[in-house]
Formats: sequence, structure tokens, C-alpha cells
Amino acid sequence: MSIKQISVFVENKPGAMSAMTAVLAENNINMRALSLAETSDFGIVRIIVDDIYKATTVLKDAGYIHSVTDVIAVGLPNIPGGLNKVLNIIEGAGLNIEYMYAFLGKKEKNHAYMIFRVQDDALATATLKAEGIRILDQEAVEHF
Amino acid sequence: MERYYQQNIETASREQIKAWQDERLVKQVKHVWENVPYYRQKMEEKGVAPDDIKGTEDLYKLPFVTKDDLREGYPYGLLAKPLKECVRIHSTSGTTGKRVMAFYTQHDIDLWDDCCARALVAAGATNEDVCHVAYGYGLFTGGMGLHGGSHKVGCLTLPVSSGNTERQIMFIQDLQSTILCCTPSYAAYLAESMKEAGITKEQLSLKAGIFGAEAWSEEMRRDIENSLGIKAYDIYGLTELSGPGVAFECSAQSGMHINEDHFIAEIIDPDTGEVLPEGSKGELVFTSITKEAFPILRYRTKDICMLTREKCPCGRTFIKMCKPMGRSDDMLIIRGVNVFPSQIETVLINQGYSANYQIIVDRVKNTDTLDVQVEMTPEMFTDNVGEINRRQKELVEGLRSMLGLSAKVTLVAPKSIVRSEGKAVRVIDKRKI
Repeated sequence: MSIKQISVFVENKPGAMSAMTAVLAENNINMRALSLAETSDFGIVRIIVDDIYKATTVLKDAGYIHSVTDVIAVGLPNIPGGLNKVLNIIEGAGLNIEYMYAFLGKKEKNHAYMIFRVQDDALATATLKAEGIRILDQEAVEHF
Repeated sequence: MERYYQQNIETASREQIKAWQDERLVKQVKHVWENVPYYRQKMEEKGVAPDDIKGTEDLYKLPFVTKDDLREGYPYGLLAKPLKECVRIHSTSGTTGKRVMAFYTQHDIDLWDDCCARALVAAGATNEDVCHVAYGYGLFTGGMGLHGGSHKVGCLTLPVSSGNTERQIMFIQDLQSTILCCTPSYAAYLAESMKEAGITKEQLSLKAGIFGAEAWSEEMRRDIENSLGIKAYDIYGLTELSGPGVAFECSAQSGMHINEDHFIAEIIDPDTGEVLPEGSKGELVFTSITKEAFPILRYRTKDICMLTREKCPCGRTFIKMCKPMGRSDDMLIIRGVNVFPSQIETVLINQGYSANYQIIVDRVKNTDTLDVQVEMTPEMFTDNVGEINRRQKELVEGLRSMLGLSAKVTLVAPKSIVRSEGKAVRVIDKRKI
């Protein structure tokens, strides 16, 4: 069970980021999570949004190059060792994490959420579920 | 007092020079007509035969030769002597496709060496000098050309070739080199490296430098002269014509004397091919009138230039050409290497990038930089930074093998490259030359 993340190509220069977020703002799109991978001349903005179809459409219309990637969203108790436990499970399954980032939910104050990008979503999901870890689906993320 | 390598030739009367040119041109036209079918065909197409050429005033009747002709003739097509009479081959870098191969008989080498010797003597060289030749040796003509000239003058010649700056500096110091031959940007780099190593110009014996193979400004000349404590002289040449030494600077340092006993220069309108009067700005065209193995008639250099016959204080009577002021095609010379935007485009398209690119050339600390900006495309985009970086490196490698020099590649947003009238501006040259 994976969710859709949008990865957007932006140049690493002043104003590039706000130009992109302006497109989302104008179209009333809310971001659930965001992370940025940057190099000296460009960056990849990774976002989880409340309306994937609308977001990809408006970004495309605005001339942004982007791709949609499957990632896993995991809910975990906001306590010391919470993340460590999840990482140990993923590591135990022999899976490599390409990247990950955290975000907070509005509803469940005592929970933290992580996005993981791994090579094998199905294996990761199954392994985590077997260990009682909560995996969020697209619906859950959009209506967070 | 001005010194010359061949005073009777270099200071000959205009009438004498014209007489040499007339006689040699007539002979040369006959030579190519008889020995190079390609030339004969070109001349026939233009309706001109050797009998029509009585002297330099008939030069305009002859067809032009372009780099494309030379490439078409690769490798032996324009050869005018049997191979057994040739003793050497040099070649252009071949970055724009097939290399141009230039052939030399021993006589050709002798005359070429003379031309370089004239340049060296004009820069003050004598048989007491230590001549440090840091141009590349090999197929490139720079090293071997100045090397031959240096021998003729009787200098102690150091064929150090290019690269290994530390070793260059060591030799310049230990062997007390007095004359430095290399590209101007390498001279500037050497000066900088010496400064960093704490070596002052007072510790050096250098007195003059002969710098060519790329464009350089008067500011750069002053920089090099000040930092190395030398006089810096320009030299011009083309592999197609022999190599360095087609034209050289004298003590006046105000333009380069063309070795008119071997080369006839014309200035033409690059669009119409019409010969322009003296003093006009236009494309420089050369005819080699003494080359045996690889003679060239009316070769279009694509260099935009001006010629002047004003009397030179050095006493030489050869016509002078200014520093080339640009190109009539879109060729760029970056760190001495000829680069065409189309080559960069080929690499981009081969690797799946868009044809929306921009080439930004600059000069930082006297060294040319090349930045290729490419618009990202949906096909080339991936969520994986490592993968994009890997492709970027592949592109840098591809450019290096195509151009023979390293370029920086910057990925930019789609449609971010400025277009004027719908057409992208391909080249931004920020160098002040």
C-alpha cells in the first residue's frame, strides 16, 4: 500500500521555490508533507498533497517538470525510539531506503508520520504491517 | 637596433614582394592544376585555367577553399606531391568532424621553420637564448613549429610541451629559460602558479614570450608582461597553411606581419565573397604560394580581420594583420580549442536532452570557462538526484570526448533559456577580448 508523491524539478536560485508554491496556493492545494533534495544548481521538491490529480495538472500547465513516485506513509507513536523501531524492521527485511522525511498530522497529536522511498513497496508494506506498524493509504493522507 | 632572421626578405621593397608573389602564384596554380584533381575540377567549374592567372591581380578569379573542401578530401584528396616525397603530417584537432590532415615535404618544413624563426628573432631571440617551447607537441602544429624555428635561430631549445606546470616552472628557473612559447592563457596560468609558489619575476631570466593559438586582449598582454617581466608577442597561424608563423608580431607590437613571400592575404566580404579594399574589415583569406605537399588556394579562415600596409617602425615591409576580431561563422575558441555550438547540440541530443541549451563562455583568472546550460525535459527527469547527477556526469564526459575540453553542465528549468524572436540565443560570450 503506497501513496503518491509529486517530485518537481526546480532550479536552485532565489525565487524558484516560491514560484512553485505560488502555483499550488493559487489553486488552493494544500501540502501534507514536503522535502527538498538539492544540488548546487537544481533541486527536487517532493510533496504530498491533498489532491494529487489537481496538483499534477496545474504544475504541468505552469510548465513544471515533475514525476509521480510511489512512497510509503507510516504512522508511528511520537515517542523516543518510535522511528528507530520502524527502521529496524525495514533493515531486517533487507530493504534500502532511498530517502525519507517526516511530517506531523493535525488530528493525532501524539503521532508522527514518515514518508519512505524504498525499492520494494509491497515487501516493505507487508513487513511493516506484520510488525503492527500503521500504513496510511492515499485516502487517509488526502483527508488528513 | 631591429634584428631580422632574413633581412633581405623581411625588408624587401613592395615591388620585390609583389614580383615574388606573382611568380610563385602562377607556379602554384599550375602545380595544383596538374597534381590535384579536386582543384582542377573546382577551377573548371569556375571556368578558370592556369593561363588566366598571370599574377596577384588575377587571384580573385580562383575558387575559394573552405574547411569543408579539406574535409571532403580527407585524407589524401588535396595532396599535391607523392607520399614518398612527404616527410611529416600534422592535423587539426578534428573537433568538428573529420580532421584536416596537412602534409609537408622537407622543403615545406624548412620554409615553415623559417617563418617561425622570423617570429622568434622579431621577439629578440638569438643563439644565446634558451627557448622554452610549452606548446603541445604532436599532431598539433604549435610545438613542432616553434621548435623548428628555435633550432633555426640556434636557441637552446627545450621541447617541454604542454602540461605539468610544476615541471615547467622548475625548468624555467633551473635552465634560466629566456623565451617562452605557449598559449597566452597558459602563460597567464604559469605566471599565477609562480606567484602562488612565491617566485618573483626578478628570479626569472625570461625576456620574451610568443603566444598564439587563441584570442587574447591587450589587457591580458599587459598582465602577462607585468607578471613575468617580459615582452609578449602575438603569433598567428593555421594548420591548413603550415602552422604558427603565418604572421608574427614585431617590436612595434601593433599587428602581425604576414610572411608575404609565402602567403598572400586577402580580405573578403564573408557573404558575397567579394574582395574588399585594403583597410576594410572582413574575412581573412590566405593563399599559400610556396607549399609543395599541401598547397592551398584562397582558404577562407572565417577569421574577421583587417590588413594594413602602413609603414612599420620595425622596418619590415610585410603587410600587417590585426588580431582577429571575431568569426564569420559561429565557431568559438575556448582554451585554444575550436568549438562549434552544433557539436554541443549533437552530444545533447544523442544523450536524450532537449535542443534547448545555452553556451556561456567566460574568462576567469585568464582561463576560459565553458558552461553548458540545458533545459530539463520530462524524459530526463527522475525523482532520484543520484541518477540525475550520474546523467549529468555522462554528459560532461560526452562533451569532453567531443570537444576535447571540460565543460560544466547546468540543468535549468524548462523554457528558462532566453529566446529572442522565438529563437534561442545559443552563445553568450562574456569574455572581454
